[in-house]
Amino acid sequence: MVNLLMANPDPTVAERVERDTEPAPSPEHAPLYTFQVKNLSVWYGEKRAIDDVTLHIASNAVTAIIGPSGCGKSTFLRCLNRMHELVPKTRVEGTVLLQGDDLYSNSVDPAIVRRRVGMVFQKSNPFPTMSIGENVVIGLRLNGVRNQKFLNERLEKSLRMAALWDEVKDDLHKPGTSLSGGQQQRLCIARALAVEPEVILMDEPCSALDPIATAKIEELIHELKAQYTIVTVTHNMQQAGRVSDYTAFFYLGRLIEFGPTTKIFTNPSQRQTEDYITGRFG
Amino acid sequence: MHLQRADNHTWRKAKSGLASTVAFFSALLVIAPLGLVFFHLLVNGASSVNWNFFTKLPTPVGVPGGGMVNAIVGSLELLALAAAIGIPVGVLGGVYLAEYGSARVNSLLRFLADVLNGVPSITWGVVVYGLVVLRFKGFSAYAGGLALGLIMIPLIIRTTEEVILLVPNGYREAALALGVSRWKTIVHIVMKTASKGIITGILLALARVGGETAPLLFTAFGNRFWNHNLSEPIAALPLQIFTYAISPYDDWHRQAWAGALVLVTGIFCVNVLVRILTRGRTASIV
Repeated sequence: MVNLLMANPDPTVAERVERDTEPAPSPEHAPLYTFQVKNLSVWYGEKRAIDDVTLHIASNAVTAIIGPSGCGKSTFLRCLNRMHELVPKTRVEGTVLLQGDDLYSNSVDPAIVRRRVGMVFQKSNPFPTMSIGENVVIGLRLNGVRNQKFLNERLEKSLRMAALWDEVKDDLHKPGTSLSGGQQQRLCIARALAVEPEVILMDEPCSALDPIATAKIEELIHELKAQYTIVTVTHNMQQAGRVSDYTAFFYLGRLIEFGPTTKIFTNPSQRQTEDYITGRFG
Repeated sequence: MHLQRADNHTWRKAKSGLASTVAFFSALLVIAPLGLVFFHLLVNGASSVNWNFFTKLPTPVGVPGGGMVNAIVGSLELLALAAAIGIPVGVLGGVYLAEYGSARVNSLLRFLADVLNGVPSITWGVVVYGLVVLRFKGFSAYAGGLALGLIMIPLIIRTTEEVILLVPNGYREAALALGVSRWKTIVHIVMKTASKGIITGILLALARVGGETAPLLFTAFGNRFWNHNLSEPIAALPLQIFTYAISPYDDWHRQAWAGALVLVTGIFCVNVLVRILTRGRTASIV
């Protein structure tokens, strides 16, 4: 997979980041890092949305990003698969390494970054012209996979992983938009899983769902971390507490505090973190 | 509690009634011409619309019978040529305006397309006359098709752009986040989602140019006989109607009425088809 991303991997950047940055606080044992973000700053035109963020994201763990609206959580998340580039006039400084590969090197194709780093959005968005089955395999199809047997296998596997197979296995030909809100969101997760990414980014995946559907997605997140690194943005403190292993608190584009979720929630070292978590602002 | 009627209640009711009446008659005025045109065409043309009209060539003056089969087929051939030019350029242009380009350049292009939409259709005939007819020394179906195609381009550009902009951004993001390239996202996700709207725009543009006469006068020129060589002058329904209508002969006048009836019915059918296609538009977004 590493070779897929870069024609010419640039080891010097990886080594430099390895050498220069402090490892993130570790709970019991030193985790492996999927992302190493170093001195990341992002501008939308003149406005600075992310200000000098350095953060390492552990593999096979759930990292939650919390903070008040407009603090840069979504922007940070989108920098991890270069989705922020869809907004005109964005500028990025700093490095983001995915398993040691520099995502912002000139030789990197953003489409290949996004194949390795999948994404689930706030509003479920199954393609309205496609059936449930077509929605799941469309990523593979449009990336050139033609083998029907392979597509069928991947279809079932992805839907099972997204805990949706039993509910839709007899209705695969029905439109994806015919499902309920929670099912649609799990369909979108299945669609993201089908291309077999290494990481799944979730941008407030439950904010439009009712508590029961939310519980299902949270359970799913818990199961998926065995195989994937998950980064999720959430407005919901309890959710961050329930699903995540690490929590990063952003405020006004800065990373205020980052550490194991239990520490952030029980014994934060920054006053702002404590104020936000206890609901004094935000 | 003051729930009793105010003194001016009657006067307010009268004003409201007056406004409704004026609005009703204004609406009637809008519909009336369509009804009158159709009624007039039916009265004058229905008797001449028969099997011969659709199967026979025109006959010389004074010879009874005859039809416009060459003009009907010629019109379809011209529309096919126009579609071959207008659809690809128009649709791709609309996609460019909606998905690519900078805001400044795009607003200029949009303005130019709107200006082109307002250009009198005979101007397109003159342009093609100068560009094609003079250069190749002859009227031809190609020249007529080109003139109609050029009229279609700005129409299709604008409708395509509008329906593509209606596709919610979430679908683009979802596809791009799967590692699908920009171009494939546009073709397989965005254009597929907007396909009904794009087809509607194309059909409306075809209906519009199907009735055009002026741009054909000195491009396709018209023809009283069969012609299947596209580099020769070709008959077209509106041209034939024009020729017959300005002639001094009664039987040609009747044929012109019949031709107009067939043309209007055809365009009406296309519009009905568009309505059917766009049914439930709100449900499927585009």
